[in-house]
Amino acid sequence: MLGILRQRVACKGNPAPLSLEQGIRVIASKAFSSSAKEMTVREALNSALDEEMSADPKVFIMGEEVGEYQGAYKISKGLLDKYGPERVIDTPITEAGFAGIGVGAAYYGLRPVIEFMTFNFSMQAIDHIINSAAKSNYMSAGQMSVPIVFRGPNGAAAGVGAQHSQCYAAWYGSCPGLKVLAPYSAEDARGLLKAAIRDPDPVVFLENELLYGSSFPVSAEVLDSSFCLPIGKAKIEREGKDVTITCFSRMVDYSLQAAEILAKEGIKAEVINLRSIRPLDRSTINASVRKTNRLVTVEEGYPQHGVGAEICASVLEDSFEYLDAPVERICGADVPMPYAANLERMAVPQVDDIVRAVKRACYRSSSLAATA
Amino acid sequence: MACSAAGKIIHPPSINSARSAQKPHSSHKIISPSAFLGFTSQPDKLFPVSRTISSTGRRSATVMAVSSDVVKEKKLKNAPSSAPNLLITKEEGLELYEDMILGRAFEDMCAQMYYRGKMFGFVHLYNGQEAVSTGFIKLLKKEDCVVSTYRDHVHALSKGVSARAVMSELFGKTTGCCRGQGGSMHMFSKEHNMLGGFAFIGEGIPVATGAAFTSKYKREVLKEDCDEVTLAFFGDGTCNNGQFFECLNMATLWKLPIVFVVENNLWAIGMSHLRSTSDPQIWKKGPAFGMPGVHVDGMDVLKVREVAKEAIGRARRGEGPTLVECETYRFRGHSLADPDELRDPAEKAHYATRDPITALKKYMTENNLASESELKGIEKKIDEVVEDAVEFGDKSPVPARSQLLENVFADPRGFGIGPDGKYRCEDPKFTEGTAQV
Repeated sequence: MLGILRQRVACKGNPAPLSLEQGIRVIASKAFSSSAKEMTVREALNSALDEEMSADPKVFIMGEEVGEYQGAYKISKGLLDKYGPERVIDTPITEAGFAGIGVGAAYYGLRPVIEFMTFNFSMQAIDHIINSAAKSNYMSAGQMSVPIVFRGPNGAAAGVGAQHSQCYAAWYGSCPGLKVLAPYSAEDARGLLKAAIRDPDPVVFLENELLYGSSFPVSAEVLDSSFCLPIGKAKIEREGKDVTITCFSRMVDYSLQAAEILAKEGIKAEVINLRSIRPLDRSTINASVRKTNRLVTVEEGYPQHGVGAEICASVLEDSFEYLDAPVERICGADVPMPYAANLERMAVPQVDDIVRAVKRACYRSSSLAATA
Repeated sequence: MACSAAGKIIHPPSINSARSAQKPHSSHKIISPSAFLGFTSQPDKLFPVSRTISSTGRRSATVMAVSSDVVKEKKLKNAPSSAPNLLITKEEGLELYEDMILGRAFEDMCAQMYYRGKMFGFVHLYNGQEAVSTGFIKLLKKEDCVVSTYRDHVHALSKGVSARAVMSELFGKTTGCCRGQGGSMHMFSKEHNMLGGFAFIGEGIPVATGAAFTSKYKREVLKEDCDEVTLAFFGDGTCNNGQFFECLNMATLWKLPIVFVVENNLWAIGMSHLRSTSDPQIWKKGPAFGMPGVHVDGMDVLKVREVAKEAIGRARRGEGPTLVECETYRFRGHSLADPDELRDPAEKAHYATRDPITALKKYMTENNLASESELKGIEKKIDEVVEDAVEFGDKSPVPARSQLLENVFADPRGFGIGPDGKYRCEDPKFTEGTAQV
């Protein structure tokens, strides 16, 4: 949290990044100035949906339990009362059907926001996400653009078992024609969802259930109704000079915690919050690796063909001479998610996994065994 | 009457069991009153003639297509004197004839071009099914939408896409309706509201339902004056796919202005409809979801047109969806690469005698709507149109290399479109504030 606060303060007025010590002094001095408002990710998503729906009557929400139940995770709370059942539509359990209906509505001029209760259920609708949404602008040579957003929680939750815990960033991230976003903080959630709804292309918006309740400070700019974040640009959450850590969604939190721990041992890690899986912000990642010469990628998904694999390849292609150590990939375990709590903890990257990987990359540890 | 040796089925007990030996898909079929005519869950009458027909319909052993009853009724009702009342005027007749001839000539030319190597990949031809496309699509306005499958050339042509654009698309040239990027199975035209062209069967049905949803949304939420209707065309094989049922449910649930048109040509590549479907009478699946289900002889364009008028009218008035099963047949194989060995030649011969074009020609000449020479003139004109399309396709350039990476996104730089409608990345101010990295 401290890292985030510091970064926010640093960005507000000073173009040059502050060191940790300076940042803390700045915070201390600004402690009595305008207090940053806090917002949970859930509130951020809800407010983004609310504002976009009121700004453009063509935006509508469709999904299971989005209306009367106020959203399976309460993301669409209050929207049914405000906009009515024609714009907040409860569907039967027919992912393929309603994802396709969303695509058809988007072809014909509306701007649907389709919610999947979790992205695991999007597999029932993946034909429409890829074949009718992602590929249509290309197949029709620009005639049918599909301004649709597919959103929902992605990745592991707590103890929900194998069929409810998969991370889909890598699968959707490999498809041309899709934009894939993975917000972390409330600011990310608000800015990226608004950008996604306004975007004329299909966007897969991967949220995280465990982050919904997390609170983040937001500046007045973020609360403004025209606030938008650019799609395709990563954010450097924490500046550093010894190693680059790339991460997205919940892993940003773990990486920032790891960076704190490492800072005490004298390793200054630069943490990049990817925000956008597709298009991947290769220039930011490469610029950072060229500065620090070491890279650790962190993700929750399966290791083979994952987001980390793509980042490694990109860095090898563009910045090979700058690397001082092999790239370390931290991923989820190469198994379907187990249920038992201790096994589940082992199957998802934890803070000490990231710390150990960074130390390996900095040659501070003798063990080179690549354990998840 | 039963034509094919493809196998007899035992009717499910709900249908008159006296006719157990008869294949359900002969040219005459009865609709049990509950299915369409006397559709009780709808308060409004679907066909004004339903009362008179249902009494004969309930127990009769012979089977008749719904629309043929309507046709007879109309003739009885409106014929004041000896002059028969015709279903179409001369202009309509010529329009229908021209459209069907265009479809047939175009597809035949596609076959020729394929075997000469100018077309490649998967090409699925529509020969024999023209009555369905012409019968339905010629009743639509330009704003109405059509969603089809991979057998979409003729749907695109009927909807108004020019033969030149379709032919160049098939040749893979940059002047095609999708600049050569779509191909045979992906005919899109925003101008004519032809929403594709989908290779996966069943994929177009939810998309069509979505377009119908948009019509309703425009009317109810955006308060526009919109009565656009969507037609979804698909085959018999698709009717076993989950998405079909999902959409029948949602279309009735939300009373969407859509007509589901099943082009039942009895074969899904080499899989006979009877071998793959537990209850082969597809029209019955409509009432199971609360919408009327109709069976019509898809080899007769006039019958199809009558049924289409009712179904499209229903949708336009906001009364909800209809499922129309058109019994039809494809004269060629599934695609040009299909050796077509599994179909019985006797079956093919039977349906060849029911060629929709010959039938319309006969109707028009017998009822003195047009002379032989007028019809021949149309055929000649269409031949010229198709040849011109081929020439145009030949002369058109192939796409430039730079076209490979175009059109992936509507907003390629990936930064979104700002509130002023311009790309955000072009706004010098946008990277200020927390967007700074």
